[in-house]
Parts: sequence; C-alpha cells; structure tokens
Amino acid sequence: MSPRPGFVLDVDRSTPPTLMWHGEGFRLERLPAGSRIVYPAEPFEPIEDPDFAIRQAVENPMGDSAPLSALLRAGMKLTIAFDDVSLPLPPMRAPDIRQRVIEAVLDQAATAGVDDVVLIAALALHRRMTESELRHALGDRIYDAFAPHGLLQQHDAEDPANLIHLGLTDQGEDVEINKRAATSDLLVYVNINLVAMDGGHKSVATGLASYKSLRHHHNVHTMQHSRSFMDQRHSELHSSNWRMGRLIAASGVKVFQIETTVNNDPFPEQFSFLAKREWEWSLRDRAAFLAVSASLNRTPERIKRNIFNSMRSPMGLTSVQAGEVEAVHAATTEQVLREQLIPVEGQADVLTMGLPYICPYNVNSVMNPILVMCLGLGYFFNMYRNKPLVREGGVVIMSHPTPWAFDPVFHPSYIDFFDQVLSDTTDPKEIETRYEESFATDPWYIHLYRTGHAYHGVHPFYMWYWGAHALAHLGRVIIVGGDSAAVHRLGFKSASTLSDALEMARDVVGPHPSITHLHNPPMIMAEVT
Amino acid sequence: MKALLFERSLPRYAAARVASSVAPGSAARLGPLHLTEVEEPALPGPDWRRVSPILAGICGSDLATVEGHSSRYFEPIVSFPFVPGHEVVGELADGGPDDGARVVIEPVLGCTARGIAPLCDACAGGHTGNCERVAYGHLKPGLQTGYCSDTGGGWSSSLVAHRSQIHLVPDSMSDEEAVMVEPTACGIHAALAAADPDLSGPGLSAATVAVIGAGTLGLTVIAALRRFLPPALLLAGAKHPEQCRLAASLGADQVLDPDGLVRGVRRHTRSLANGAVLTGGADVVIDCVGNAESIDSALSMVRPKGRVVLAGMPGTVKLDLTSLWNREVSLSGAYAYGLESVPGRAPARTFDLAFELVAEAGLGQLVGARYPLDRFPEAIAHASAAGRLGAVKVVFDLRPASRRPTWRSA
Repeated sequence: MSPRPGFVLDVDRSTPPTLMWHGEGFRLERLPAGSRIVYPAEPFEPIEDPDFAIRQAVENPMGDSAPLSALLRAGMKLTIAFDDVSLPLPPMRAPDIRQRVIEAVLDQAATAGVDDVVLIAALALHRRMTESELRHALGDRIYDAFAPHGLLQQHDAEDPANLIHLGLTDQGEDVEINKRAATSDLLVYVNINLVAMDGGHKSVATGLASYKSLRHHHNVHTMQHSRSFMDQRHSELHSSNWRMGRLIAASGVKVFQIETTVNNDPFPEQFSFLAKREWEWSLRDRAAFLAVSASLNRTPERIKRNIFNSMRSPMGLTSVQAGEVEAVHAATTEQVLREQLIPVEGQADVLTMGLPYICPYNVNSVMNPILVMCLGLGYFFNMYRNKPLVREGGVVIMSHPTPWAFDPVFHPSYIDFFDQVLSDTTDPKEIETRYEESFATDPWYIHLYRTGHAYHGVHPFYMWYWGAHALAHLGRVIIVGGDSAAVHRLGFKSASTLSDALEMARDVVGPHPSITHLHNPPMIMAEVT
Repeated sequence: MKALLFERSLPRYAAARVASSVAPGSAARLGPLHLTEVEEPALPGPDWRRVSPILAGICGSDLATVEGHSSRYFEPIVSFPFVPGHEVVGELADGGPDDGARVVIEPVLGCTARGIAPLCDACAGGHTGNCERVAYGHLKPGLQTGYCSDTGGGWSSSLVAHRSQIHLVPDSMSDEEAVMVEPTACGIHAALAAADPDLSGPGLSAATVAVIGAGTLGLTVIAALRRFLPPALLLAGAKHPEQCRLAASLGADQVLDPDGLVRGVRRHTRSLANGAVLTGGADVVIDCVGNAESIDSALSMVRPKGRVVLAGMPGTVKLDLTSLWNREVSLSGAYAYGLESVPGRAPARTFDLAFELVAEAGLGQLVGARYPLDRFPEAIAHASAAGRLGAVKVVFDLRPASRRPTWRSA
C-alpha cells in the first residue's frame, strides 16, 4: 500500500489540540478555528535490500559516467568524501547509510587493486567530527582500517597546504577545494539527501571548499536572492554551487557522485506519536505522549538533552543514485520532492511552527539561540516552492525554549557573535559588512576549528544569513516559551503562550489573521500556489 | 545638628558584616551607622569655613565602611566617631566671604589642611591624594573629610573645610552636576593613570583599554578616557541595562556583559588563549570594581607587559598572581586626585578637569535617587543595589523641602 500523502487540514472546533515541538519537549496547542495545518506525508517504504540497491546503482550509473568498477584501477589515487555529522537528522540507526555505501565502494576498489585510498569528511566550515561520530557514520571496520594510518581525514578549510585554487567561475567566484580530493584520479562523493537543498554540486563545491570559496555564496545577497534555497529553480545558492561544480569538472576533477534518499521516518517507536495526525492517535499513542511528557517535565535540561541526543532514527533508504553529478542529483531531487512536497493554496498572515531540539549544527549539543533562528527562519521558513507559506509583512510564530546557552567547545564563535554582534545589530547586511571578516580570520577560532571540535569563526554569520530572506520578508517574529532575554537579543518578540503570540501578531497583520501551522518534522516541502 | 554618625563598635561592625552578606544593603539598620544629634564641628583654624551640605553622595567606599567590609588598613588613618560623606556640594554658611555660595569639597586632608609645614613631597608636588601625613598635624587622623572626627562629613547639616579644599561652583552648574565633581575627579585620576607615565609618547591613541565595571567610577573613567586620553578601542564590562546604555553614551566603543568582556578583548586584540588567560590582550585594564574576581579577570585580559589600574577599592582579596609575574604585568593603584598631566595641556588640578568633564559630558544625569538623612537605611540599601535598580549615584538630599525637585522637575 502506498503511503498517504501529506495534506492540509482545516481546523474546526472538533479538531484536537495540535502537537508542537518545543525543543526537548512538546506543547499541545489549540489553534483557532479556520487555521490550517500542513501535515507531512507518511514515510515511504524503505528499500528491502539496500546493499543490493547500492551495488546496482554504482554499476548502472546515470549521465555520462562509466560504472564505478570501470573507473577503478590499480595504482590510482582514490578519495572518498562523505557528508558530515550534520546529516541525517536525527542520526540514523547503525549501520549508517554512509557505511553501507562506502563499504561497497571499498569492496570494488579492493577488487580492482586500488591501494591509495583516503576518506575525507566533507566538513566545509563545520566542526570536526568526534571519533564516536565517525565510528557511527562509517562503522568500526572502516574506522579502524583507515583512521590509525591517517587515511581517514577531516577536511580542513584552513590548511593552505591541502587546498588548491582551481580558478574563477564566469561570475568571478573563487573555486578553492581540498587538494587531495581535487588531485585524485577519482573522487567518490557519498551523500545523504534529507532536503531538496542537499547534494549535487553543493557536495564538493561546498563540502570540500575553503572560506575564500564559500564566501561567494554563503552571504546575505545570495540568501536573499534564493527564494527559496530549497527550490533549485530559484536559488542563487544553487546557481553559484552549480557554476563552481561545473568549473571543478572542467578542471579535470573526476567526481563519481553517489546520492541517497531516506524516508520521512525520523523518530523511533516510543516517539511514533510525533509522526501521526493527532485525531488518529491510538490509546497507546496517547499513553506514550502522556508518559513521555510527564517524564520530560520532571527531567533536568541536561539529561533531557542527553536523552534526545541519544535518539537514533529508524529511517530507511528509499533511493540510491550514482554517476555524473547533475544527472544523479536530478533523480535525487525528484525522489525527495516525491516524498515531501505538499500543495498548499495561498499564503497565510501568520505561520506557526514548533522547533525541535535538533538542527544540522547542534548534533550532540545544545541548540543555542542563533541556531533557533536558523532552524526556524532559515530552514523551516524556506521549505517552500513558488512563494513562502506566510505573506510578505506577515508573522512567524516559533515555539522553542531558546535558552541563553551555548556549547563552548562546538560553538565558541557563536558566543561572541551573540554577545558582541547581535547586541549591536541584527541586520544581516550590516553584520556582514562590519563584522564578518574579523570573525572569519580570527586566529583563535581558526585554531579551535582546526584542532578541536569548533565550528569555524564565520559559521554563526552564515546561520544568521540563512534567515536573511525571512527577516526581510516578515513583519514580526515571535518565539513562544523562550528565554525572553535571549529572544530579545535575537531581535524577536517573546510570548509565553501561543494565544499571547497570536494576539501580538494581530497588531501586525490585523484582527482576523489567516493562520497556517507547519507540522514539521517529519519534513514538509510546501508547493504554495 | 542631625548627622549620620559612624562609631567604633565591634559588635555592630560584625552585625553589619553578617547582615550585608546575608541581605546586601541591610547593614545600615544593624551596623555602627546611626542618625543622631551631634554638635557642629568646631572650626579648627582661621583658614577653615563652615559648609552646609546640599547633596552628599554615597560612594562605594562608604558602602564598604557601612557594611563592615573595609580593610583594617584604614584603622590608623581614620578617627572615630566620624560623619561619613566626602562627595559633597554645599553652601558656605559662616558669614564669611562668599557666604551662601555653593561649593564642592575636595575632601583629601593633606598637609595644608593639617597645618603641616613644610609640606610632604607628595603635597609639595600637588599630589595631595598621596599625602604622607594624613594621620598627623593638628587634625585627628583621617584621609579625607568624611573619615575624620574633627571635620564632620557630608551626611549631616554642617561640616568644616579648609579653604584649600573649597571649590566654588559656577552658577551654570546644577546641584546634581556639582555633587558629581568629586567622583568624577576620581574617575579622571584613574583614567589618566592608564597612560604611559611619560606622556611624550602617543598616550593611548593606539591602545586597547578595557574598563571593568560601570558604576559611578567605571562610567566616569569611561567619560574621562574619551575626553582626555582617547584610546584606539575602549571596551567596557557592564552588568545592568542602564549601565550598558550609559557606558555606550559616555564613550565606550563596545559594552559587554562582565563575563563576556574577556572574550571581547580576546577577539578585538586577535589574541589566542592559554586556559583562561589570553596570550595577548588589552594594553590597559582599569578595574573599577576591585574584588578578587575583577582583579583576576583584569589579569587574564591584559597583554604581557600591559598595565592593570586598580581604581575600585579592593580590601582583602585572594589572588593567583602567577600570570602577573610570568607576563610582567604592572599592577598600579589609582586613588583620589591631585595634579594631572593630560597630553597637549598644561598640568591641571584633577578637580578643575572634573568641573569641565561633568559639564561637558552631562554627568549630572548619573544622580538618581535622593533620600533625606532619616531614610538612611533605604538610601544605603538603594545604593547597595544601585545597578540592579537602574540607578548610578544615590545621594542624601539635605535641601529644605521647598528646594528639592519634584518628581516632575527631577
């Protein structure tokens, strides 16, 4: 039986309260009658034999690529790059899909007699993965075979000795990427595609790039001209990466792209109520919700965080494509949209959303206020094609505790960005002009990025730029249940309840607003007409 | 006359110390300070004038005294019982020349006031704050008016001041501005102590200066730096929103939470860090708080061979000075006032500079709550929590009710 598609529910008096994520917890909120709720599709059935599907994909490549086995030969230099800890969300149950794919590639490389193999985590300016995170993504067998010999590397965007400048695009964009990857006879990129923005040329052109290269598309102009960055047809972020990717290919870098999609089934059995429609909750679901909520209410924040961070997703593989980058990515995107795209008629005055505990940049740590902004106004707001779910000048209401809390190991520059930049201005353009360079070139942040597990000094800027389109589009942003000092520092309004927030929204959009709630995650991509 | 009198009483001293530890600001009800009738102080000599206080401020050192936290260092250089209050604007009230004129008291009781001749080296050089004879001469010991049993203090309706201590207040200056002259002089002195002793150099024009604390002292230091010795970058640590606003308006380039100041200094100086201590750091750090935590913080954010100026009164603190030793940091004190060297100017009395700065920077705005003497417990409690309550300078208002500002005019 095919899964039920996502749909839009019109709220009436009989509609039960709606479950909203609220960080490491949930809220049940009753939306006003007449509101709409966009529900995600049910998850697709995963492929029964993923290893077989992977082998089939690499031997039946897309585009003008030869099969992987034909590209491998003794004496060649092979680099396998893979998506980092920011994907998938939550981390998936072992074996991770990257492990399955890389084992398949390594088996073929071994058969072909390839000895010079290096694995590279494509971090871009993200933090270095910890040993346990690498072991989880790759499996112990791969980790133990490569890491002790220095053959499992993490891309270092600040290592001039291991970067190579391949040239400028026709728009004058520097293309500077990992030298080992660029000078290999074959670069295999192993991707996990969770949303429509992931993958394609972005994998190499972003994941293995330097700051010098990244700054051409990770900037306010690009983000404000990506409407949305989840929609390749209207994304300047996409266009820039594609220009770079084509230059990489033209420079002679041979990329064999392997992309995978996973089904929209992010939460384990004990949290299955999160993916269900509230009126379909069984007695067991209600009991689970009550038990989980009661238990979370009594649990200290740090322990709650640990519980959620240890959550492993049961998501399964729904497709795997391999071969030439653009042909592969076209098929991948089609599959992602097939699983996530939901038609929505018309924009609302107010868009509400519950934000979960996790986003791509706080895996195994706290979601700090900057990441709250990024998740809500960067990712969720941009989960649209055609036009945003909320009208220009409208209001976004997000539910999240938004603690004034930071992980000092993972996010040191975020702390300074919050203290020293946002206390001065929240305007993305002004922030970019006045502050970006000093953070990006700060030797302390560079040291922590290269030797510790810190995001690069410029990373909080990118998170802020991620929300630049939304900031320019919206009339007001309200956070429900957040730390009010932190919320104010972000430049947003703070409300203690959803009804207070709706009352505050009425000051901006009028007394009878239309309201749309994004029941996300599981992931939703809205086709707004 | 009515006065707040501070008497030597070990039980009350201990009670104040305990009370202020348990409930900050509560010491005035239990401690050695009490409101009483006392004789007006006698004029010690012909060069002395009687002054009726108009406004008298409550300073951090007053709070430390009232709350039983001041150092025993002071015991030989004060005399009991004394009437506190050294931030004073008053009126000459003895029928002498300029009778009725408003004056500000420069409270240091140096050699001249004490009738000591010849003057000690410090007084002879104009550095009265460093007087070597504050416990000698014809007056009882007392480093300042407000700590000497012979002179009285501002927390009363009458005190006596030597003519060398008296500065006439121009008509253009309000009472609120005038009462800020003495604390501003302290801020100026601390700010100028940040300079290289040899001011033939570039001053601080290429320097990064960090100011810890944004109470009265911190704010006046910031204002003084901006006017007399502007650094290339002036960072301030401030805890409360009103302090942040004032620090920025008085000239700080960036105002940060006290916990974030070291991070701000690190970033602006592009320093690395060894544990909690920066490898580089600010050229000068002016500590306007003066507790172990703030001094420790100052030492962690000053650069090697940099300077920490201790402007806040410290008392007994426990410190790890290894970084000071290892990084060859200079730690210097800044107390009171005297004769100042300002780049590009002739040497000037600190009080003269203070009159100028108070008027130019509008420092009368720092005066917040005003209390009559008989509400002294509330006044002390308010001053003790000034930052949190959005106030900077809390004062006793000794004007008759008819001259006090109404809430509208205030």
